[in-house]
Amino acid sequence: MKDLNPKLLKNGEAIPLESVATLDFDDFSDCLLAEVRKQGRVVACFGVPAAGEGSELELFALVARDRNACVAVYRTRIGERFPSLTPNCPQMHFFEREIAEQYGVVPEGHPWLKPLRFHNAWRPGADAWGRPADQHPRSGEMEFYRVDGEGVHEVAVGPVHAGIIEPGHFRFQCYGEKVMHLEISLGYQHRGIERMLQNGPHPATMAQMETIAGDTSIGHGLAHCQVLEALSGCEVPAKAQSIRALALELERLANHVGDIGALAGDVGFLPTFSYCGRLRGDYLNLTAALCGSRFGRGLVRPGGVLFDLDPALAGEMLARLKGIEGNTMGALELFFDASSVLSRFEGRGRLSRSVAEDLGLVGVAAKACGVPRDSRFFHPTGVYRHLFDDLITEETGDAMARARMRSREITVSIELLRRIGTTLPEGPIRAPVGPLKGDALAIALVEGWRGEVVHVGLTGGDGRLRRYKIVDPSFHNWSGLAMAMRDEQISDFPLCNKSFNLSYCGFDL
Amino acid sequence: MLQIIRERWRQGFRTGEFPKEEPLMPPRFRGLPLFKQECPPGCDRVCETLCPSSACKQVDGRMVLDLGRCLFCADCPACPHGGITFGNNYRLGARQRQDLLYSGGEYPLAQPLEPARLKLFGRSFKLRQVSAGGCNGCEADCNVLGTLVFDLGRFGIQFVASPRHADGLLLTGPVTENMRSAVLDTYEAMPAPKIVIAVGACGINGGPFSHSSEVSQGLDSLLPVDLYVPGCPPHPYTILDGLLRLLDRR
Ligand code: SF4
Ligand code: SF4
Repeated sequence: MKDLNPKLLKNGEAIPLESVATLDFDDFSDCLLAEVRKQGRVVACFGVPAAGEGSELELFALVARDRNACVAVYRTRIGERFPSLTPNCPQMHFFEREIAEQYGVVPEGHPWLKPLRFHNAWRPGADAWGRPADQHPRSGEMEFYRVDGEGVHEVAVGPVHAGIIEPGHFRFQCYGEKVMHLEISLGYQHRGIERMLQNGPHPATMAQMETIAGDTSIGHGLAHCQVLEALSGCEVPAKAQSIRALALELERLANHVGDIGALAGDVGFLPTFSYCGRLRGDYLNLTAALCGSRFGRGLVRPGGVLFDLDPALAGEMLARLKGIEGNTMGALELFFDASSVLSRFEGRGRLSRSVAEDLGLVGVAAKACGVPRDSRFFHPTGVYRHLFDDLITEETGDAMARARMRSREITVSIELLRRIGTTLPEGPIRAPVGPLKGDALAIALVEGWRGEVVHVGLTGGDGRLRRYKIVDPSFHNWSGLAMAMRDEQISDFPLCNKSFNLSYCGFDL
Repeated sequence: MLQIIRERWRQGFRTGEFPKEEPLMPPRFRGLPLFKQECPPGCDRVCETLCPSSACKQVDGRMVLDLGRCLFCADCPACPHGGITFGNNYRLGARQRQDLLYSGGEYPLAQPLEPARLKLFGRSFKLRQVSAGGCNGCEADCNVLGTLVFDLGRFGIQFVASPRHADGLLLTGPVTENMRSAVLDTYEAMPAPKIVIAVGACGINGGPFSHSSEVSQGLDSLLPVDLYVPGCPPHPYTILDGLLRLLDRR
């Protein structure tokens, strides 16, 4: 009888690689599917060239068991081709496309095997689509899904959109005004971040982590630091934990408030639009008071934080927060009290709970469908262990639910800020970080404002990063937007899109 | 309706007095660098290897910092002699790439456009913004110029949807391989004469991603740039100040 019990690890923990058994592919596949049937979530799945010989690829899958606050690790080996798991486990669909693109291997039977980010494979000469290896692939060059028939037409939008917004390409298959299908093709923002991390961390790494998605500088920066801290066995001082959480909640506030403003703007409700646009800046300025940068650049570093928060500054920030809070609540109330606003959002871009679960959605988008997902609650670290108990969900899964989610999270975050700010521990804000353990694996789950940010670090024998995997919440959630558009009016796309407000660069890496 | 009016009253008037009054930067803000001293004799130019962005050089015993590459890091390790600190001066926009090579003293702030283009654009300036691999930091700080605090519209500057309506291209991001042709197409689609503005370290020199083969080494390798706005990201006031100087409004 084989022992198929996986190695379990906790958020922010490192394990020796040798403790993770390498399974046959069939066992790997059975275990993974069984996990997912028991409500496991694939939080990361990635390949890494097997050490030494040949062209074999090691495949790692990390599945979160939310109820047990742990992550199960599975490991197998694959050759040039392997049977796709996607038909039985839709959560895997982007992961498998990513693996195919990065290593030029083919998940056989994948129902939708297309490039994700349009770059050359990392292994010279390999390409899952047989494209010439000496040329850079052209972004958007792939077979788009197409509907034919009388009265059916196609609408293509982007990569460059109207307005100040990142690039991406959207293809709608429409019958009249009605969208039958939306296909989203990204990769325009691809900067090759994961690849640059090989043999890292490098001196430039921290700046790159803070700019994976610049609106989630704290979220991604924190996830990266937690991975390094786990791999080096560093204990982060309590005060630094508090300051980190404070910054993470400020980031959430700025973005949620900004999002509600943008939603209001989209339906022409100008009061909330203009107030929230300004209030977003007020939250950013609080972050700048802490560390000099409105986006929190330079605050979080391995071992702790760079900027101290003394009682005087904490008091000043809390006093400013009080004023901002009043105005925020006023702006939100207007929005949720206006029947003209409600009628535009209710029922638009509805996602069912089961679709959200099948696709492995996270964060605001998942919680809006009644799916409880919040790593602050299920996989808490630092101050969240004792300060966070407000797991919020909405039921209706539409644009309205996503707006309400944000509004309710705003209230919770302001309360959290106050609790953190008034219970700041004393002591140092940074601990030294030693060298990374060799042949180890560590994971960090951080609940960024869009949802769960996942970083996984895998070191080689030399203690350098052999592979570093980054999963932005948008990686899962773009599929949610595509599904939410089915049977909607194409004119409602901007509104639905904004209600998700996903990251292009976070996806493209 | 009453509720809306009441709330309007409560939220008050929020547009800043800029440019009549200088904005108040937070004490920890990192703007124009201050150089403490001449490089100590015998320093073996460690700054050239310590800065991950290769922004530092020692030239004739003085440090020269390329603000186009610099990320204004909070933990700038570049000079172990404590030679670099960052001051509160947010005004960083410059017209020439070499103006960004700063070694202390007066900073060559952006000069206005030459008379012909100034006459055309000085009072009405429409910009098409393109993000080409930016992290959404610079993009957000451009977007925010439209909010009440900055109220870009009062200067006759506006972001427009179509390049056909644009006088200038404002680019953010390191111009990824996958966006290169879209950037060039957008530029082509604008009617001449046109202006190009690179906002952020990425657009100027690849920023944090300059080590990647997936990005270009700065927009000026592709297009003639009229205004550089350093920072990662630049403060919104840094961008606004640059734009106003270009239009001879400051
Ligand atoms: S702040 Fe950063 S980028 Fe600038 S000189 Fe220092 S290390 Fe280099
Ligand atoms: S310069 Fe910095 S803030 Fe601006 S897009 Fe590049 S990484 Fe983001």
